[in-house]
Amino acid sequence: MAEGSILTDDFLRELMNVGEVDILIGVPTFNDAKTVGQVVQAIRAGLLKYFPRHRSVIINADGGSKDGTQDLVRAASISDLQHVSNVSALRTLHCISTQYPGGPASGTALQTILAAGELLRAYASAVVSPDSTSIEPEWMERLLRPLVRDNFDLVTPVYGRQKSEGLLVRSLIYPMSRALYAKRVREPYPTEFAFSGRLGSNFLGQDIWGQEVGHIGAEMYLVISAIAGGFRLAQSFVGAKSRVMDHSSGDLVFAIRQTVGVLFWSLEQYFPVWSAQMESQPIPTIGAEHEISLEPVPVIPKRLHEMFVRGVAEIEPVLKSILSAQTLGELQRAAALPEGSFQYSDELWVRTAYEFAASYHKAVISRDHIIQAMAPLYRGKAYAFLEQNRDATPAEMENNVEALCQRFERSKPYLLELWNGKK
Amino acid sequence: MSQWQKFVTQLTQATQEIVASIAQFLPRLMVMLLLVLVGWLIAYVLKSILRSILHLARFDKLSEHAGASQLLRKAALPSSSELLSRFIFWVAWISFILIGASVLGIGGLQQHISQFFGFLPRLFAALFIFFFGLLAASFFSRAALLAAVNADLPSPRLVSFTIRTMIIIFAVSMGFEELGLGERTMLVAFALVFGSLMLGLALAFGIGGQELAKRFLERRFVHERKEQKEDELSPL
Repeated sequence: MAEGSILTDDFLRELMNVGEVDILIGVPTFNDAKTVGQVVQAIRAGLLKYFPRHRSVIINADGGSKDGTQDLVRAASISDLQHVSNVSALRTLHCISTQYPGGPASGTALQTILAAGELLRAYASAVVSPDSTSIEPEWMERLLRPLVRDNFDLVTPVYGRQKSEGLLVRSLIYPMSRALYAKRVREPYPTEFAFSGRLGSNFLGQDIWGQEVGHIGAEMYLVISAIAGGFRLAQSFVGAKSRVMDHSSGDLVFAIRQTVGVLFWSLEQYFPVWSAQMESQPIPTIGAEHEISLEPVPVIPKRLHEMFVRGVAEIEPVLKSILSAQTLGELQRAAALPEGSFQYSDELWVRTAYEFAASYHKAVISRDHIIQAMAPLYRGKAYAFLEQNRDATPAEMENNVEALCQRFERSKPYLLELWNGKK
Repeated sequence: MSQWQKFVTQLTQATQEIVASIAQFLPRLMVMLLLVLVGWLIAYVLKSILRSILHLARFDKLSEHAGASQLLRKAALPSSSELLSRFIFWVAWISFILIGASVLGIGGLQQHISQFFGFLPRLFAALFIFFFGLLAASFFSRAALLAAVNADLPSPRLVSFTIRTMIIIFAVSMGFEELGLGERTMLVAFALVFGSLMLGLALAFGIGGQELAKRFLERRFVHERKEQKEDELSPL
């Protein structure tokens, strides 16, 4: 391996054989044999259909799969295309699969892709999740076109979602990041996104790769860095989001760590940026700004409510060191209510989130414990959110999300007071 | 020489010896008093410096995390940094007093003084073990509590309390072993507590909680995937 580089010698040789490219698509994988072939096919079709004149390469950064993922990527890169017919490349479309060192970590995969992009001087790059089973060739056009045509630096996706999907994003990540960084990015933790070579090199040069954020949640930190660094942002509606639920996607604590943990951590790095901005601004959006499926909400799991009630009671000593007495008291009163009349108001949820952020900043206990302690409370909010929107139309649901966002924005001074130790 | 003259001579000789002894002892006493005074000053300066360092290092926060502060509050004692500063003050001052006492040249005292100085490193090591034992107990018990709650395991507080108690007992027994106090008693006590705890848990889980164990194992290994999906509903 080259000194100071994440790229192995073999991978470097393959990259040098490719030469300079215009577009690079990164596919980070780890045991994704079930879906990766379909995803690579869609990427190829998208590149051939919409960018036939561009020099392109697909880079598969694998975390050490044991299920033949890498073989499937290589096979998919030379197989017949199912999505499109009568397309032929004007340039060779390369596909390289490499295994990065250190075991599976989405951040290391991203670092590998960024390093490859910098070496190949890619003008535009995109990252595509290997488990996005609903991907269409058009996603390539929707993500890359704003970069190639309009010189944006970062294009994040807007997904069509069912009511019960992406609850952590809707109830916390989007509203809180929007309130803090004053940009209305619908998917601050994107699994598909595109970025310019300028932003890629800037992010690659940051001193985060040896830290936890460089291993999990780097995608979110890339978005935050782009906002804080004043890069040109846009978001593009790509289509319905459908993912295969694997073990990690069902792990709520892991999901909170790689999103909320990164958001809280970023507040320390970018305090001068977020503390100076008060009102959020929209960013250019290509296509629909949001799309919520009319499919009915599945049976709302009572277990969410049960785990909230039990969590508030069991981790009371931990919550005492994180939350104010007033907030904890209100949570305990909410937990004492019967399931039918349970409510977790937006006001209480915002206060909870901001007090957690301030406690994280002050490190009142281990920071990872603070993140873990958020899981039972999120379950309560998710339950209340689903109940609130059980019969809501997409527009009503969007209004509810907007109301929560505005509550986060209005309460931002409260976080600043907590942050500066005035409360 | 008459009896009277003999008496006067001996009295004079005794008085001279006493005066000579006092003349020999007084400078030593003065040196000792000076050492005690200088020692008090040095101990006070040490205490102030240490208090500032601990304050800067946020030692009270660390102590709060370790759960030591709660213990101190319950015992109506001052904060950890104050307590440690006072401890260092007394250790430093007593050390100077003992050095001063050794100057007096009292037979047998020298040995006790060297024993005291030999004991100091062990005392510090024991305190160090005890404090970090408390810190570890607090960290791991909280980690267990959160993991158990998030995994929806039964009796998270019992799990957390058990881990905390075990680590504290372990730290205390190690501390006493370091001090050389009741080594055997502590070892036997630790073995008894640990053994009985494990036996109790085994009996409680195996006999008293057959149904609970069955449900737990079934949920853990048979229905885990189904419940996981129902619970999480794709957070991202």
